[in-house]
Amino acid sequence: MADKDLNESLRDLESGPRTSEAPGDGPRGAAADASSHASVAALRAKFGDAVQHHTVMAGDEHVVYIARERIREVLRWLKDDAAHDYKFLIDVTAVDYGGGRPLEVVYQLWSLTHGRQLRLKVTLPLSALEVDSAVPVWNSANWLEREVYDLFGIHFHGHPDLRRIMMPDNYAEGHPLRKDFPLRGRFSRAEQTRRAMEMDLEDFYIPAELATAGMKEEAPKAPAGVSDASAAAASEPEPGGIRTPNDPDHWSLGSEDSGAGGASAPEGVDG
Amino acid sequence: MSTTGTSRGTRKVEYLVTRTPQMGMDGRPTDVPVMPLAVEPELLGEHMLINIGPQHPATHGVLRLVLELDGETVVRCIPHIGYLHSSFEKLGEYRDWNQIIPLTDRMDYLAPLIYNCAYAMSVEKLMGVEVTERCKIVRVILMEMDRIFSHLLWVGTTAIDVGAFTAFLYAFQERERIYDLHEALTGARITTSATRIGGMMADLPVGWTDAMRHFVDTLPRTLDEIETLLTHNNLWIGRNQNIGVISAEDAVDYGLTGPNLRASGVPYDIRKDRPYYDYETYEFDVPVGVHGDSYDRYLCRMDEMRQSLRILDQALDRLPGGPINVDDPRVILPGKTDLMSDMESMIHHFKLVMEGVRAPVGESWFSVESSKGELGMYVVSDGGSKPVRWHVRGPSFINISALPKMVEGELLADVIAVNASLDIVLGEIDR
Repeated sequence: MADKDLNESLRDLESGPRTSEAPGDGPRGAAADASSHASVAALRAKFGDAVQHHTVMAGDEHVVYIARERIREVLRWLKDDAAHDYKFLIDVTAVDYGGGRPLEVVYQLWSLTHGRQLRLKVTLPLSALEVDSAVPVWNSANWLEREVYDLFGIHFHGHPDLRRIMMPDNYAEGHPLRKDFPLRGRFSRAEQTRRAMEMDLEDFYIPAELATAGMKEEAPKAPAGVSDASAAAASEPEPGGIRTPNDPDHWSLGSEDSGAGGASAPEGVDG
Repeated sequence: MSTTGTSRGTRKVEYLVTRTPQMGMDGRPTDVPVMPLAVEPELLGEHMLINIGPQHPATHGVLRLVLELDGETVVRCIPHIGYLHSSFEKLGEYRDWNQIIPLTDRMDYLAPLIYNCAYAMSVEKLMGVEVTERCKIVRVILMEMDRIFSHLLWVGTTAIDVGAFTAFLYAFQERERIYDLHEALTGARITTSATRIGGMMADLPVGWTDAMRHFVDTLPRTLDEIETLLTHNNLWIGRNQNIGVISAEDAVDYGLTGPNLRASGVPYDIRKDRPYYDYETYEFDVPVGVHGDSYDRYLCRMDEMRQSLRILDQALDRLPGGPINVDDPRVILPGKTDLMSDMESMIHHFKLVMEGVRAPVGESWFSVESSKGELGMYVVSDGGSKPVRWHVRGPSFINISALPKMVEGELLADVIAVNASLDIVLGEIDR
């Protein structure tokens, strides 16, 4: 009997996505008084409807939901306006509440001169996981957005170098921090091992590096989301779907010898 | 090093060494005649691609750098990370709040207690739990101890990277004493897992504060010795001054924090700017550099160790008695006697063991000043006993992203020195 419980919980660990139990669109919190934070009041006055919701979390943390279309404009204004002066982009991350609910991109700001914190959020429905990049505003957003892209599959328009950062460049199992991603990955261990053994030089070097080394002829095709992020996003079959090396938005590395798997899904895919 | 205090408690690091005039702006002697290039013309302008790591002793872990070189000058630097990626954040979503603590010290194994404390503090903030006075001061002691722990490793390994071996031995001898203090407190030398939501795994053992006091009293001598070896050392100056320079504006733009940011002259220290655990009542200064080069980063860290010793001295003085764990049955297990005799305690015990601590619906962002910079912990709860999302804003992760900015245009040998001066730990970069 105990074995059965253990097996069940192990199966749950491997396949069961853990979705949030909170009702509605995630814990948005009650609307707060905008006058309690100087920057929020100014944001409401300046951007009007683009400021969707304002709440206070854990006592003193002001969270403002911004319309997706205007996020870069809002960020730039918060950075450049002397009355707010959020020179520090501390963090960019994302939250998936699971159960088909929209993802949230989270920006954490800090104003050195005024000693103020502010957290901005952008809500992205699963059908359109794309938002303007903050790299033109802060260079610190570069790796942070790459991490969000890698682990959540959110495309950042205008990012100069949107590549995977934690997972290998040829990783085809999806985006690990999404709730629909099982803890042990989508492929079987045998398939994962086979893929690791089959990695060759082109999996270890990005195309720009290979071109420098004279191992590729011309400037390589930009990776997904770099040159034309909207086209790359459109060509993705579905958000969070598995990308196989044969997908058009996977880097085409010139050689055609990777056609072993054919156009179908690679062998050994679990579920 | 003498101090010139300001009202805010920040101060410039003071230079006992005037920058030597024969050093050019690039930090190299100017009176050495430059040999004319005797290179075949077709080789001029030819760029070379070299790969450093991921298995390389000077990359401080499994960092991999791909460098494009023009001769010996770095044209382009592309860091590749993720070789140590274990997806701690994903693992955390399958563990209850207290079970995440062992994951935190595996990120920065050079200052594990800071990570333990920062995580516990973020969950406590979300739950509205106020820890006891003794717990606060014990955590301050542990965090400052680990700041020294991490900086000692930094100075030792950085010295090795530029060719000075002795400082490494001196620093590691002192680190061994902190390992012993870790071991006496937690039973482990690196993977401490010392905190719990609402308190600590255990109170300080008998005699621990005396050992700590002895460490605080005797460390300055070793610091003096290390500074004697390095601060005036011509080779050390030549390898570090004007190398890896980053301006204050760029440092903020790239999100640098900690000593790396302060060496550029920005006095941002969370212990002063957003004080937690009554840091505003401790007397200490924040060392701030001027030039933003590797040498200023060295001066800032050496001075920070002395400031940490000041904080430790005050914290040990004011360490009160009383309970270390908060008296709150929501988070802390009841005592054994209560458990056996009191029905209510038994129910709490059962709930805590079977379900774990439950955090209310909401989210919390809490950051502390770790040895590497701003360590932010972001926790999102749906009211259950496991987090919906647990995110770590790792200071090393952001600091290393500025490496290309700092080394492009420098020499290949300086890449190692600059990378060392950033004080990265790959466990936290890759998470």
